[in-house]
Amino acid sequence: MNGLRGLAWLLVFQSAGELISRALALPLPGPVLGLVFVLVALRWPVVREPVSECAHFLLTHLSLLFVPVGVGVMTHLALLTQYGLRILVVIALSTWIGLAVTALVLYGLPGRARGRKEEAR
Amino acid sequence: MPRFVELWVYLSATPLFGLTATLVVYLLAQAAYARLGSPPWANPVMWSVVALACLLTATGVDYPSYFAGAQFIHFLLGPAVVALAWPLWLRRAELRARGMRVMLAALLGGGAAAASAVGLAWAFGLPPEVVLSMAPKSVTAPVAMGIAEKIGGVPALSAVFAVITGMVGALTGKYLFDLLRVPAAGEGWTARGFALGTASHGIGAARALQVNADAGAYAGLALGLQVVLAALLMPLVFRLL
Repeated sequence: MNGLRGLAWLLVFQSAGELISRALALPLPGPVLGLVFVLVALRWPVVREPVSECAHFLLTHLSLLFVPVGVGVMTHLALLTQYGLRILVVIALSTWIGLAVTALVLYGLPGRARGRKEEAR
Repeated sequence: MPRFVELWVYLSATPLFGLTATLVVYLLAQAAYARLGSPPWANPVMWSVVALACLLTATGVDYPSYFAGAQFIHFLLGPAVVALAWPLWLRRAELRARGMRVMLAALLGGGAAAASAVGLAWAFGLPPEVVLSMAPKSVTAPVAMGIAEKIGGVPALSAVFAVITGMVGALTGKYLFDLLRVPAAGEGWTARGFALGTASHGIGAARALQVNADAGAYAGLALGLQVVLAALLMPLVFRLL
């Protein structure tokens, strides 16, 4: 029951986000605005308890939700066969750059990592 | 035999087919992934996509009729984005304590991923709509589509690039982190998870979640932050350019 109530809360906040984003022509997509609203509303147990249950369920099965869009790759096969290799190289390189920069900023900034890096060399 | 064909024609035209196929194929891929000990190459999203694409091609069902059913799963991406508030809330104390560094990592990492994607795509001579669609690819697919629309990219392409990006991160992240000597222990886990959530969104985060609880929590946090930062900043940056 709590899971269902949680889904209702998520949908209510998403709808609110969608409405406000559209009405004020904000650059934030509706669900993102909904996220911000939920973040504020989580201080109240009426929202917190059901949302935690539903969020846990949704986020554990997050990877399933990408499958339908993923299958959509097949509708762009023409473009992908034409530029496929280049697209793949661009995506792989930029993803690695993003991963490396993030991990090193978080793990290897001043104070802690300097010694570690030297020891690694 | 003709009777069977008739039945198949009926079934493949109802939303039931796309929904059932997606769920069953994914559960099989997930079971195989767990059975094999969760190696990156057995990523359930990648194999589900491959298997479903083969199934659709073999049965002659086109993507729109498949999507008529699969959209019920796709729809949940919206509430899932909203649900990202939960990992953010859970880590709010840590976020306050390590706030500056975490924000810096999210900004620089997400910025580096987007800038290098656009720069490389341009340098490789890809068509302009492909270049623009590359920018939001490190953000989770539904938001990437929204951003693409605002900056002049093709939403469907951004979704495709986002999915490939997620898989690259989920498949190769482990080796990259080993190479960078970010350890698979203690604080190293939080950095690994956070990087996966930042540069390869939900698919990377799902991988982090399966490997380690700390990595998973930080991946969820990164995913939520990236969604907000990218949705706010990317349209602004492109307006200025």
